[in-house]
Amino acid sequence: MPELLLEVQGLETQFRTPEGVVHAVNGVSFGLKEGETLGVVGESGCGKSVTMLSFLRLIPNPPGKVTAGKALYRGQDLLKMTDEEIRHVRGAQIGMIFQDPMTSLNPVMTIGKQLMEPLQLHLGMNKQQAAVRSAELLEMVGISDAKQHLNDYPHQFSGGMRQRVMIAMALSCNPQILIADEPTTALDVTIQAQIVELVKRLRDELGMTIIWITHDLGIVAGLAQRVIVMYGGFIVEEAPVKELYANISHPYTVGLIGSLPRVDETVRQRLFSIEGMPPVLLNKPTACPFAPRCKWVMERCWKENPPLENISEEHRIACFVDVKTGKAR
Amino acid sequence: MTTAPSGDNSLLKDTISMRKIGWLERFLGPENYRITVGLLKTPASILGLVLIIFFVLIAIFAPLIIPPVDGADPYTIPRDGFISDPQPVGSAWKKNVPPVPFWYKAVTGKDAWVHVMGTSEGQYDIFYGVVWGTRTAFYTGLMVTIATLLMGVIYGAVSAYYGGWLDNVMMRIVDILLILPGILAALILAAVLTPKIGKSLIPTMTALIAFGWMSYSRIIRGDILSVKERDYIMAARVIGVKDSRILFRHILPNAIFPTLVLASLAIGDVVLSFAALSFLGIGTQVGYADWGQVLSFARNWITSLNTYWYIVVFPGITLILFVMGWNLLGDALRDVLDPRMRGRS
Repeated sequence: MPELLLEVQGLETQFRTPEGVVHAVNGVSFGLKEGETLGVVGESGCGKSVTMLSFLRLIPNPPGKVTAGKALYRGQDLLKMTDEEIRHVRGAQIGMIFQDPMTSLNPVMTIGKQLMEPLQLHLGMNKQQAAVRSAELLEMVGISDAKQHLNDYPHQFSGGMRQRVMIAMALSCNPQILIADEPTTALDVTIQAQIVELVKRLRDELGMTIIWITHDLGIVAGLAQRVIVMYGGFIVEEAPVKELYANISHPYTVGLIGSLPRVDETVRQRLFSIEGMPPVLLNKPTACPFAPRCKWVMERCWKENPPLENISEEHRIACFVDVKTGKAR
Repeated sequence: MTTAPSGDNSLLKDTISMRKIGWLERFLGPENYRITVGLLKTPASILGLVLIIFFVLIAIFAPLIIPPVDGADPYTIPRDGFISDPQPVGSAWKKNVPPVPFWYKAVTGKDAWVHVMGTSEGQYDIFYGVVWGTRTAFYTGLMVTIATLLMGVIYGAVSAYYGGWLDNVMMRIVDILLILPGILAALILAAVLTPKIGKSLIPTMTALIAFGWMSYSRIIRGDILSVKERDYIMAARVIGVKDSRILFRHILPNAIFPTLVLASLAIGDVVLSFAALSFLGIGTQVGYADWGQVLSFARNWITSLNTYWYIVVFPGITLILFVMGWNLLGDALRDVLDPRMRGRS
């Protein structure tokens, strides 16, 4: 087994709010092998983004705080680094792209300036070198006439082009890990496909390790090798992608996949949805966070929170129920 | 293969009216053109611009309009003797006469200087004070505004960016300073400073700066609080940009415009406050070319102003026009630059 590039252990993040302390991430542990693509799936507010921002130390503090856990990147704990050290990890070692490309670029800086910034910062390039490299990066992400576009402002670009710029910016210093936080959610379907293709191509060319956060299980199926499903700040299921789709084991994942529209659906019927709302994490849950919405819920689910356990060699779930039989495992 | 649709589009030419782009717009670019046109749109904004340009010219050409007396400090108003009573407009200038400039004979038809606007108490020439006082007005107005702006922006920016308890403490300090009546506090500080650093522009300017920056820090703080939560700021942090650089390169350019507009409106106020303090005898030494100083010579003659009207009217009107010019220009600038004002008349 190759050594883990990133290993997150028991990560906990809390936010102080006027209503009380919100437990956004509750003991999340996962590993990331070099060169693999990890999909992180879950509905809004289940802690996907906060987990990533936590180990990059980008949680605004106050009100947020990482209260426990480790995040080992090549053996070094990101959570214990000085501000100076973590700054050189961000951008240079771990890049990140965001959900909404329309608001992720500074409106008063030219595209070129924004692209050149990390190059000058981390690679110590001078202006000319950085400008040349920026143009190359734009070409790489499929923007033609790159040189002319360097002097453009973000408002002159479309959403898809901006997301390409964001990707170019994230990749500019050849980071080991790219965290993509729902990069296709704000784009229309054809552009989505282009961006996914672009990332796939770049991954194969550059041999990057990717964490792809999304709530679209379709994209994950085509892109990721391994998938983590999160709910209420917990990892509820973790499996290689083929295993996950072949052998869905957590009631929440069953619901997620059930709610996907299908091409082969012939009968006109309503799309399936999971009843209820995701929990507000004001108290650290003592029961299974999914219990109120689960159709297999049992007595035991209300009393203790199921730990993440292996059901096969690479497949782990946090549930007491076997969804195939509907009985306790 | 698809082919591009072809056809005769000439008919469209008449149905779609195109906006004509003139040579000026081509030369300046659309945004600068919009600002220029905006500044020249209403009579008020044109008046403001004309007034300020007029005063700028006076300040620049002061040595040509009325040259300083040989060997004397140009910023000290020359005295024609020591008689107490003000002398009327047009009376002859006997002692301390400045050199006659080239325009003087052509305009007035005389060979020697007279007191164009009369003299005030102690025979200070009012015209000299008004002309050279323009320089003082620009100097103090701009310096105080720039200094307060810098202080306020840096203070407010740090407060907003770091937030939390620091923000709380810093903003409470601002609250406390804002409770003090500004001009009175400045008066006291200037009065305390004057004996320490001597009579000059500096005590008054320091006092106006010390009590003038708070409103800027409040405005900029609010705008930064909104800008710092935007996605592109998070994106900058993700690529590892330093805090100070994020603040000054990424946040401030997106947040500073409302504050700049406020500053352009404040220049007139600063000059007015400075003149008020100067009128009360704080700051510069007696006889310094400064409008407040010139006006202060009228203090003892308030009861007989029907005779000595010129000692108040000329410097007073000058001050009014100067402040009005900045206010009109500031208003026009706000209309043009503040996006929240766009589309309103």
